[in-house]
Amino acid sequence: MSEAVSHHDHHDHKPSGMGRWLFSTNHKDIGTMYLIFALTMLFIGGAMAMVIRAELFQPGLQFVTPQFFNSMTTVHALVMIFGVVMPAGVGLANWMIPMMIGAPDMALPRMNNMSFWILPFAFTLLLSTFFMPGGAPAGGWTLYPPLVLQTGAAFPFLIFAIHFLGISSILGAINIIATVFNMRAPGMTFMRLPLFVWTWIITAFLLIATMPVLAGAVTMLLTDKFFGTSFFSAAGGGDPVMFQHVFWFFGHPEVYILVLPAFGIISQVIPTFSRKPLFGYESMVYATASIAFLSFFVWAHHMFTVGMPLTGELFFMYATMSIAVPTGVKIFNWTATMWKGAMSFETPMLFAIGVVIMFSIGGFSGLMMGITPVDFQYHDTYFIVAHFHYVIVPGILFGLIAGVYFWLPKWTGHMYDEKLGKLHFWLSTISVNMLFFPMHFLGLAGMPRRIPDYNVQFTEWNMVASIGGFVFGLSQLIFLYLIIKCVRGGEKANDQVWEGAHGLEWTLPSPPPYHTFTTPPKVTEATAHS
Amino acid sequence: MFVNKLRNCLTGIVSLVSFFWAGTAAADWKLNLTQGVTPISRQVYDLHMLILWIVTIIGIGVFGVIFWSIYYHRKSRGAVPAQFHHSTVAEFTWTIIPILILVGMAIPATKTLVMMEQTGDADITVKITGYQWKWKYDYKNEGIGFYSSLAQDSSKASALRSNIDPGTVSNYLLDVDKPLVLPVNKKVRLLTTAHDVIHAWWVPDLGWKRDAIPGYINDNWAIIEKPGVYRGQCTELCGIGHGYMPIVVKAVPEKEYLAWVEETKLAQAAAAGDSDKEWSADELKAKGEEVYKNTCAVCHQANGQGVPGTFPALDGSAIVNGALADHIDRVVHGKNLMPAFGGQLSDTDIAAVITYERNTWGNHTGDAAQPKDVKAGR
Repeated sequence: MSEAVSHHDHHDHKPSGMGRWLFSTNHKDIGTMYLIFALTMLFIGGAMAMVIRAELFQPGLQFVTPQFFNSMTTVHALVMIFGVVMPAGVGLANWMIPMMIGAPDMALPRMNNMSFWILPFAFTLLLSTFFMPGGAPAGGWTLYPPLVLQTGAAFPFLIFAIHFLGISSILGAINIIATVFNMRAPGMTFMRLPLFVWTWIITAFLLIATMPVLAGAVTMLLTDKFFGTSFFSAAGGGDPVMFQHVFWFFGHPEVYILVLPAFGIISQVIPTFSRKPLFGYESMVYATASIAFLSFFVWAHHMFTVGMPLTGELFFMYATMSIAVPTGVKIFNWTATMWKGAMSFETPMLFAIGVVIMFSIGGFSGLMMGITPVDFQYHDTYFIVAHFHYVIVPGILFGLIAGVYFWLPKWTGHMYDEKLGKLHFWLSTISVNMLFFPMHFLGLAGMPRRIPDYNVQFTEWNMVASIGGFVFGLSQLIFLYLIIKCVRGGEKANDQVWEGAHGLEWTLPSPPPYHTFTTPPKVTEATAHS
Repeated sequence: MFVNKLRNCLTGIVSLVSFFWAGTAAADWKLNLTQGVTPISRQVYDLHMLILWIVTIIGIGVFGVIFWSIYYHRKSRGAVPAQFHHSTVAEFTWTIIPILILVGMAIPATKTLVMMEQTGDADITVKITGYQWKWKYDYKNEGIGFYSSLAQDSSKASALRSNIDPGTVSNYLLDVDKPLVLPVNKKVRLLTTAHDVIHAWWVPDLGWKRDAIPGYINDNWAIIEKPGVYRGQCTELCGIGHGYMPIVVKAVPEKEYLAWVEETKLAQAAAAGDSDKEWSADELKAKGEEVYKNTCAVCHQANGQGVPGTFPALDGSAIVNGALADHIDRVVHGKNLMPAFGGQLSDTDIAAVITYERNTWGNHTGDAAQPKDVKAGR
């Protein structure tokens, strides 16, 4: 085994100073930068959420103007989706994929560097709009015209920021596909790949297919505002609803882009802590591919109330309901992985089990929303807000957090503080449910989305949600503290770290040398994925 | 009040448990969808409950298996891990059964959706137009039309740091000056469209919402089976006033509805005649203050200071203190983000609000605009 992995490369020197980071072509360093960026943006987007929950704590307008409130909801979403979840996913991909497939780095290391550095630039553009006349964008992250065309000086900055974010994602996706297709070690066949790599391959194809569509949509907004086109203006022969079609053709696959990497992480964590192989590896791959394929056919379920013909409404209802089948297969396979295993509940496993349960809750509300005639009551209410926050926060975010806990010892060489990790988990889980579960009731009771103030009948649940929100936000400081503490020191981690861990990445030292697998390992069925 | 609300929270959390055991009773605790007062709303409610029960049962089943496994299949309990990792029978079963459940859901859902499309043979038709930030209701066949804006007391209390307790305002943010009056037990066809950006018209008790899209018209129907007042809100983000343009439907017996139609027709005819009347400055200012609060204050603020960078201040403004004709032109024809109020307000209303603006706060022009001046300026 020792000849397969060359730990002690005789020149394992790293560059130093600012240049190491600005000009990095190393997948580990770039992965680290993506993750630090995402964590920073989590607190920025989270602060906006705190403003929202503070204002919604009681009826009456106490803290911010309706304009600023609308900016908060808009930019909170843009930051969380494009600044937290997507960069964190790419960061984990960067760190782990080369090590998982036995490759020395990503296929295109310089492009990898640019893909990262585009992000701080794009978000500076976006966040600087708070200081411009008219303020930050306030038309919702979904950018519907004609409203979005009423945005002030911020408008071109918004559009350009989105263009840059899209470019970063597309380049990252190309890199991942090129790496996995061309640089797998001998014996690492596709059906031996860890599921995290599979979910990222599929995510990368989704990104390449859909980010250009978003770019097209926002470019049409730009020309409608500045160059006299009327794509979205009925007076000029256009249609505001066409924007929604184009946007959601991107928007629906986008949510799978957000979730599939997290599903991949869960598929690594659960088998490890169950000490049992992943149940149904092949059907997990096919289910993921089916979800991605089907995701192109359901976009108009975000638009059920625009006034589509009956046939359209029926088609999108049936297509939307059908996604429940492969998604259910995945949930059942994770459960079957746990079944008759020998489980231990370290922090990564706690978060992973939390994902399985709470993503399912989000999935149930999603299925309810897929039933068109009932969606006419749910749409644009807090029921929808509850649904997507359940799938994104205790679904995706908890999955990413599970990945961080899972791989931190590998990256740093130190075990993180397990007691703090468990505290983080329990506080987060209890508070996240306090925060989002009542929103189901609010939506059913009649509270619309994106309003800064509400009738007194909605007070109680809003109070519960706000308290949950404040606790949830504060709990993430535990995570920050724990990460810093782990980087600085802790109990030494060995190569395998976790008793049930299998895969090439767990044959490397913790922390791994700057350059790993400079000589590819030979992979057999025995040494492949868990 | 705060302690009471907190106590209510905790009661609410406890009632969460009772939600699953007390289906219809839960509606009183505002946990669930309303059953509503139309054939559509009741079918939609039944469909909602069916799906909710199905997912609840599935959830209890799946989470039950997970929690069982967490307890019994633990290393600390001495469990030895099995090594199985596939089963075609299991995969097949948990693919086919969900498909069958979904088909079972899709059938009633399809029936309900088809029923909702039957907008023909209506007894009356009302066109609903969304504006930033109010609704307009036009009864084409009856020849009446009016704007419906957030009620004054809600508007005042909802200002930033107003220090007015919303609990003291009746139907806070859900009350309007002029409700949509409809007859019960008649098929009403409701057309939705918009003037500026996309809005959405939603009254939960009617059982549906529909987007109001500028340049396009959507077609909907309702038969309201019970007299009463039903409230809803705009449900598509439409700018700063999105949370401040509620909907109130007043369903009354047919006789009462017909009487209201006549009364409204007469009032509108009378108001139209006002264009030729000469008003006193005080009459104009008083009326103008009402119009300002209802229509202009949302952007230019009650104190006339506007929002720096977005909505200009009227207090001390060059236009307001300048030539009357220019001031009229600005209000009637709008400019950039400011809508053209010529289409929304009568000559009398515009004359009144202009007179008010020119003679309040720090503005003392001393002049007044008459409705006929506005008419001339269109």
